[in-house]
Amino acid sequence: MADIVLRDVEKFFGSVQVIRKVNLTIKDGEFVVLLGPSGCGKTTTLRAIAGLEDITSGEIVIDGKPVQNLHAADRDIAFVFQLYALYPHLSVFENIAFPLRATRQPRSAVERQVRQVAAALGIEHLLARKPGALSGGDMQRVAIGRALVRRPKAILMDEPIGALDAKLREDMRMELKRLHIENKSTSVYVTHDQVEAMALADRIVVMHDGVLQQVGTPSDVYAHPANLFVAQFIGSPVMNIAPAAVKTEGGRVRLALGGGAAAFEMPAELAPRLSATGAGGALSIGVRPEGVQLAREPATGTIDLEAHLIEPLGAYDIVDLKVGEGFLRARTPAGFVARPGDRVHARLDPAQTHFFDQRSGASLGIRLGA
Amino acid sequence: MATTTMTTLDPQSRAARRGMSDIAIRNLFIIPTILFLIVFNIFPLLYSLGYSFTDFRASTNAPANFVGLQNYRELLADPYIWNNFTVTAKYVIVSVAGQVFVGFGVAMLLNRSIPFKGLITTLLLLPMMLSMAVVGLFWKLLYDPSWGVINYLLGLGDFEWLGDPDVALYAVAITDIWMWSPFVMLLSLAGLSAVPKHLYEAAAIDRAGPIYTFFRITLPLVLPILMIAIIFRTMEAFKTFDLAYILSTQPTTEVISIRLYKMAFQEWQTGRSCALAYIVLIMVLGVTNIYVKYLNKVKER
Repeated sequence: MADIVLRDVEKFFGSVQVIRKVNLTIKDGEFVVLLGPSGCGKTTTLRAIAGLEDITSGEIVIDGKPVQNLHAADRDIAFVFQLYALYPHLSVFENIAFPLRATRQPRSAVERQVRQVAAALGIEHLLARKPGALSGGDMQRVAIGRALVRRPKAILMDEPIGALDAKLREDMRMELKRLHIENKSTSVYVTHDQVEAMALADRIVVMHDGVLQQVGTPSDVYAHPANLFVAQFIGSPVMNIAPAAVKTEGGRVRLALGGGAAAFEMPAELAPRLSATGAGGALSIGVRPEGVQLAREPATGTIDLEAHLIEPLGAYDIVDLKVGEGFLRARTPAGFVARPGDRVHARLDPAQTHFFDQRSGASLGIRLGA
Repeated sequence: MATTTMTTLDPQSRAARRGMSDIAIRNLFIIPTILFLIVFNIFPLLYSLGYSFTDFRASTNAPANFVGLQNYRELLADPYIWNNFTVTAKYVIVSVAGQVFVGFGVAMLLNRSIPFKGLITTLLLLPMMLSMAVVGLFWKLLYDPSWGVINYLLGLGDFEWLGDPDVALYAVAITDIWMWSPFVMLLSLAGLSAVPKHLYEAAAIDRAGPIYTFFRITLPLVLPILMIAIIFRTMEAFKTFDLAYILSTQPTTEVISIRLYKMAFQEWQTGRSCALAYIVLIMVLGVTNIYVKYLNKVKER
């Protein structure tokens, strides 16, 4: 097991830059998830670490050794491909044994290690089969077995469960987490599914357009998104983002949304803290649906809004509230708002309200009530 | 009755738009093909089977006498015929092995992104497109001991490629290798490019060396299509006539089809040559059957 360090890594495909000055340290035994939309450079970054892709400039250090000029075979890492990449003509046993046989390990050791890994993955009964006769989940188990069997310095996974159906994906997610906890292997995992990322990661790396947007623990990335991109990419249902204006009347500070259609009360400290950031430009706020608090009776700081749409999701409902021309999505207990058209009293939880510079998208780092 | 069981044409099809009925299509395309097959393939096949049990000679007017299995018995007991078969076997092995080695090797070289790949591939395919007789004639010139290009280039003086009885068969095989390696190359190339790239990536990650990757990944995955090439080439090599006939008159290059030709059209032993032709046919069928069995086994893996 080893740590992985990326220093100023850049990659061009022709004139298109797919990775821009990426700096990242993955600690020994850590599970890091590279998260981003398709085409953001996350897979290229992973393949560059593996040695399947050259980098244009920068340095990749595995276990203290620069490896950017080494072949994949000499980096001692394992890779789990999205479409499994199992050897179709070899049995499951031979597939898992392949990395051991390729490095001429003694027959008895191969036999023992393959059986051990197969037992850990619960695929002992499949060892004699060909990959073509397996289900998607089992194929991926075999691919993971092939990665685990030789105890590599790190395991890299490229959307390993992306091709499975939803139910199986959840099972495999649990299994990957369990395997990581048992093996403590340094793992880098690429996905575009933020739920997967939140569930698996010790740290999430959010990428967009070849640039690292934010690196942090799942709760950190969720609670304190560094910019508008991260704010909208992480979390389901998606965070409400709206242009906002701050109005000060007497001692009271209000946030006007939807072109002034609704003004939510905010703590008085907002005004001085906003001016302290020196960001004089336009402001956007972000509030997750659970940060929009609804009440049936008016209370201090609530304003009266009309429910436009209700999405019942079982455990909770998502209610679209009409604010001027736009909408504010709120998360409520199931059945809290009976039908569209009902009026409810809403307030924004200041502690869950995020402030962004509208032009750059960067978070202003203001945490109210904290 | 046939007309009532025929399904009607798809009204969308081009033939239907041209106003052709099913019966017109049958009369125009299928009946001539079947007639052709019967007249030129099936009839001679059956007729020669009949002759193979007689002492018929096409050069005389004497009526054919039924002799039972005598022709087969005598042929299979004839050491000269067995010598022809040995020569043929040697030729098939050398020629097919050479073609597989050269063809697959060139395919490996071409299976990467190189400039002018399409042009190079097309040029390499040219020998295959020439007529056997033409190839035989100009390789005879190339092999010529006193002014042939091959001896000049290899600095072999007046080495007798075709005159030396021990070398002549290999000289013919080399010509065949030159001509038909492109065929093996073409099929191998198709097989090689069908191997998914991510398998090579997986093998690299698994720390497999190039030789291990070749024997454990590349070769097994290309083998089914390579087997097809080998089947075709073995059948053809077994039946080789023109190349060997034109290039050399040495008894050491008398492959079985040359013997057959001489027996049928120089010695006019029509009945006996029919029997020999059947023996050859059964042998080719036997060999290809073994191959096909093996091919199916390879495919199952």
